[in-house]
Amino acid sequence: MSHQETCKTDIPQMLEISDVVQEAKEQKSFFFRHSIECKPGQFVMVWMPGLDEKPMAVSYWKKNEFAFTSKAIGKFTNSLDKLKKGDKVGIRGPYGSCFSTKQNSCVVGGGVGMASVSTLIDILKNPIIINGARSKDYLIYLKRYKNKNMIVATDDGSFGRKGFTTDVLNEILSNNKIKVVYTCGQEMMMKKIFEICQKHKVECEASLERYMACGFGICGKCMINDKICCVDGPVFNSRQLNKLSEFGKFARLKSGRKVTIKEYHEMHA
Amino acid sequence: MLQTRLCNIRLKNPTILASGILGVTKESVDRIGKAGAGAVTLKSLCHEERKGFDNPTMFAYDGTFLNAVGLPGQGIDSAIRDFKRLDNLSVPVIGSIYGYRIEQFGQVAKKMASLNPSMIEVDISCPHMDYGKPYYADAGLTAKITKAVKKNAGRIPVSIKLSPNVYDIKEIAHAAEKSGANAITAINAASGMVIDIQARKPVLANKIGGVTGPALKPIAVRCVYEVYETVKIPIIGTGGVTYGKDAVEMIMAGATCVGIGSGIYYRGIGIFRKVCNEMEQWMKKNKVKSLNEIRGAGHK
Repeated sequence: MSHQETCKTDIPQMLEISDVVQEAKEQKSFFFRHSIECKPGQFVMVWMPGLDEKPMAVSYWKKNEFAFTSKAIGKFTNSLDKLKKGDKVGIRGPYGSCFSTKQNSCVVGGGVGMASVSTLIDILKNPIIINGARSKDYLIYLKRYKNKNMIVATDDGSFGRKGFTTDVLNEILSNNKIKVVYTCGQEMMMKKIFEICQKHKVECEASLERYMACGFGICGKCMINDKICCVDGPVFNSRQLNKLSEFGKFARLKSGRKVTIKEYHEMHA
Repeated sequence: MLQTRLCNIRLKNPTILASGILGVTKESVDRIGKAGAGAVTLKSLCHEERKGFDNPTMFAYDGTFLNAVGLPGQGIDSAIRDFKRLDNLSVPVIGSIYGYRIEQFGQVAKKMASLNPSMIEVDISCPHMDYGKPYYADAGLTAKITKAVKKNAGRIPVSIKLSPNVYDIKEIAHAAEKSGANAITAINAASGMVIDIQARKPVLANKIGGVTGPALKPIAVRCVYEVYETVKIPIIGTGGVTYGKDAVEMIMAGATCVGIGSGIYYRGIGIFRKVCNEMEQWMKKNKVKSLNEIRGAGHK
């Protein structure tokens, strides 16, 4: 009988922030000189003692270093925003499923959703990147990927092409031999991207977001239909997305009550 | 070989998903039923919607699992709309309830009964102190809650879930049985705390929480042993059951069924089937034909 199973440990470890990089107006990346085993699309739980603990996608990863990218929107992320090099936060993980890493791919990131697909972009061979946001201030990684095949689009035309990521994707899928589309961003955007992929008969993998507490599949707060988002996801493939009737429609609040995606985003904004 | 009767419920095996783990939605209940659990207990519901505590709400190290989730739940009214009924799922369902005041326990029980669960479990461990003492620590209050729930549960059997954080668990179990309880669930988590020495702060947002996992098992076995000596009603032995041998030990202490909660953290949802297989292997090896042969063996 294995005793290794009961030695399993998931407790925050206080790590020093080795660097802070301003990615855009309200978006910062927090770096740690610490080695973690991480696959593209996975996340860590970030603890600010006395405040809260939240899931954050690993957005930079190499041997002996990783980072996450956060946008200051609520109580927790505004407090994170104030942290400087040398400050400490608790980290546990990484957790969750990961993206496959297939060739002939297109990666679509919406706003800070780019953070969830960035470690994937770093290991893919020449992916076409669609980096979209509401306006210029919401775009991240413009410098990071300036030498890559990246199309930038903003809803208001304040930077790059004027228009939605979904319009750009439609064009790309019509004119290129793309096998798989990887995406993370607002759920309504991902839902549309998935539908476009279905129409073009192209595989799709999307990283979904739900309210999470444990990160290791126990508390049941992040259920999407019968899937536990933190362990079965956050990355789901076409076959799974097809079965998730709640995808793009419903999510559960911290209390467990099921509400529409719109209501969910309003409550968690 | 493992078929078990709990009150009037027929279970294909004695493993029961403990309350608080995954039992939030209909689809997760079905999934755990399909994974082999004999029955599934829902996450506790009360008369209102509760967000629960901020994170961290749970973590684990070295066979010790800590949680302080703050009893989040959508509330019984919302749950009725969400679940519609509980008697048509792939597995018998136990509805876990609580209230802040005694009369609320009765009101929530009545609503839960309308969903027709196989059993109602009463979480008396919530820390509300409207009566000067927490309910779980007072035999008189436990009796009052049991009566209030029994009055409203109709034909549905009622199990009272006891806390180990008491001076004498026998006295509490006795009060529950005398007041009409049909079963006892023993035990809830043991009170505990972990401080991060780098952060110099308790890790749980609520500071104090409940210890479960393998660290809780000897405490749970002792409690089940003492409750078995005190009452005649069946016991759902819960606390640190991770392997088949733990389930056998719990049954030898006197349990009819075994609850599994944090065990899922250690062995995944497949733990129900794994524990059952390990129990059967143990029984074959030791020429035990039915669990009745070993139930309470620790007392002889």
